[in-house]
Amino acid sequence: MIYLDHSATTKPSADVMKAFVQANERYYANPASLHEMGVEVNILLNRSREQIAGLIHTEPEHVIFTSGGSESNNFLIKGIARANTHRGKHIIVSSIEHASVLETARALEKEGFHVDYVDVDKHGIVDLNNLKAKLTKDTVVVSIMHVNNEIGAIQPIEEIAKIVHEGSRAFYHVDAVQSFGKLPVYFNGELGPDAISVSGHKINGLKGTGIAALRKRTTIEAIIHGGGQEMGLRSGTVAVPQDVAIAKAARLAEQHRTENVQQYIKWRNAIHTFLDPMEDVYVLSSNEGAPHIVSCSIRGIKGEVIVNAMQRQGVIVSTSSACHSKDNQISHVVQAVGVPDGFARGVIRISFGQGLTDADIEKFKEAFSNVVKQVRGEIKTHEMA
Amino acid sequence: MKWHEILVRYGEITTKGRNRNQFINRLRDNLKSTFKDLEGMKIRLERDRLYINSPSDDDMNALIERLPDVFGIQSFSPVAECATDLEAMKALGKEIVADLNYEGKSFKVNVKRSYKKFELETYELNRVIASHVLSELPGMTVEMKNPDIELRVEVREEATYMSVDVIPGAAGLPVGSNGKALLLLSGGIDSPVAAYLMMKRGVTVEAIHFFSPPFTSDQSLGKVKELSQIVSKFGGKIRLHVIPFTEIQQTIQQAVPKNVTMTTTRRLMMQVADLVREETKCKALVTGENLGQVASQTLDSLAAINAVTNTPILRPLITYDKLEIIDIAQKIGTYETSIIPFEDCCTVFTPANPKTKPRIEKMEYYESFTDFDEMIAKAVRNREIHDFPKKEVKADFDDLL
Repeated sequence: MIYLDHSATTKPSADVMKAFVQANERYYANPASLHEMGVEVNILLNRSREQIAGLIHTEPEHVIFTSGGSESNNFLIKGIARANTHRGKHIIVSSIEHASVLETARALEKEGFHVDYVDVDKHGIVDLNNLKAKLTKDTVVVSIMHVNNEIGAIQPIEEIAKIVHEGSRAFYHVDAVQSFGKLPVYFNGELGPDAISVSGHKINGLKGTGIAALRKRTTIEAIIHGGGQEMGLRSGTVAVPQDVAIAKAARLAEQHRTENVQQYIKWRNAIHTFLDPMEDVYVLSSNEGAPHIVSCSIRGIKGEVIVNAMQRQGVIVSTSSACHSKDNQISHVVQAVGVPDGFARGVIRISFGQGLTDADIEKFKEAFSNVVKQVRGEIKTHEMA
Repeated sequence: MKWHEILVRYGEITTKGRNRNQFINRLRDNLKSTFKDLEGMKIRLERDRLYINSPSDDDMNALIERLPDVFGIQSFSPVAECATDLEAMKALGKEIVADLNYEGKSFKVNVKRSYKKFELETYELNRVIASHVLSELPGMTVEMKNPDIELRVEVREEATYMSVDVIPGAAGLPVGSNGKALLLLSGGIDSPVAAYLMMKRGVTVEAIHFFSPPFTSDQSLGKVKELSQIVSKFGGKIRLHVIPFTEIQQTIQQAVPKNVTMTTTRRLMMQVADLVREETKCKALVTGENLGQVASQTLDSLAAINAVTNTPILRPLITYDKLEIIDIAQKIGTYETSIIPFEDCCTVFTPANPKTKPRIEKMEYYESFTDFDEMIAKAVRNREIHDFPKKEVKADFDDLL
């Protein structure tokens, strides 16, 4: 099987697995314990935290280990919003955020927050004027992602940060789950975001690992209360082996970023060139977007059908987002960018990651050509075997 | 090239009379040892200021980050240099301001013309540089009082210096310019702050810690070492004397009534410390004691403890509120380490009802039945000595991370 669904999740790298196993075998004590075994594990935990802090340019005490991107998004948005109601109760998100941001915003609406949604253009880029117009003195959180998980649109986060910081007292949160390891992701003082979410399993780390990071000391409320671990912001015995794993995965992702991205760009552009002239195929992603995501649709064909047909030829792709690939709805992202008639239900996503080769990409093209011929009736399905 | 050098303004040193050079030389030596890791750093002394420069940009940035921790510095400014020539000044002024987030900010040029023969007068020069910067970099307003950006220009014959930032220093006096004292370091919040405050007044600090294995763990000693390491960044070296205290402490439990064991413990600590002080040629003892914080810190109690020696016992925190102390501890970075909960020798045998008003005569009477002198001498003899700052020994987790 050729796995082209790295935006859904990736295979943990051997190095990460090894570190995880070793950490479990040797450093299983509780880092909060006073005895020397605990103290040693605590040093390891601190080192992991320092490593992450160094990669994203913040202080170690502003790095909180979580269970993943969704928890980080929930914690950062709810935590900052709830702790800063004295500033106001207004939240702004883009209309193409990940569900863990949109649903968090909706949950806060029930607590009395007012949520506004920023429009995007047909490439999925937020309308900065629209954002500017929606900022008010009551805005506490603006959450606009870095790279969209369905179509790969890259948001101009530094421009957004500038607008947010100049036009309000709001905190700017960036869901960087799809961009880490593909684009530079780091804090940059006033010029960049105030909070960042990262997920481990998207960067050849483990499921159940994540990072919520802050630029500076921020008034923020915990969601998980208890023994006061993670600077009091996320209680529960600290999962040090998981934290070691994400620290390692993040370092490796950053270390190999440039070389990986060069390949992804080559493949993405090649697939775009391949798809563009095809009749009845609409391409949502662009060469301006994220290097590792291609998104397209075949007229009149449901995404699920394409996924199945591709799979039969040994190529794994997905419908636009794994999260709601099963509920058969048109994705909110596809709705927001506005896709021509007949294409909305057929959006599929091809996403690259480590371990792929040029030959795999050729194989994809071949399989896709066959599927297109199949759906046009040019090839009968039973001839394909 | 961007920053040419860093201009450092002396703190109170400038007010010292004939000792002035001694203070300045001490500051220079402290800077040299604090920044030992920055090879190629050069220090040039002048009467009212000194200049530090380094050929490496990274080192210049490290200096800017670390200088605020060094005592004896009022403030410092990273300075750029150009020829004393109008065009060069205009260009450099623009280059410096362009680097800042200047749009929408208020601006002012402040020229000091020490070189009186320069072709333009102060006022003219002010105007020429300001109008050049303002026309090249639109979006700023002029503001004479409290501008956001003040470009300071100092015209001297040999060169012109420009800077925009005045970064406050740690003030105080260079560590070591006021002799040496021995600090009783417990591992709690107060004593590291006391060390810091003494250093701020130019005192070199040695530290003494009482260690009672097996009642107190290696980790609690580790914590004290860590604190010594942290505090040592404020000026030179700290020597830590670790006193084996178990025997004395156990003896005290049997020797005196329960409610005064703590007072006796303190009195014996002072005697031990005083012996070490003599050996190390320190001039005073320092404690983190604070009036009224705990039973041992009433005036009666302090008097009873004090009675064992004629050596001055300095208590820089005596009038501070706990919250004020915590503020400083957080600022100097010792708080997080201090609050790690390990038993120290003072908390191992805590009587239920310690006497808050011990009487000196009674204390002397209780203690007269036991000969502590030999035990004290032995403890001092068997002490361990550690020097800080220590090179960081990091556990080897590199393969994991």
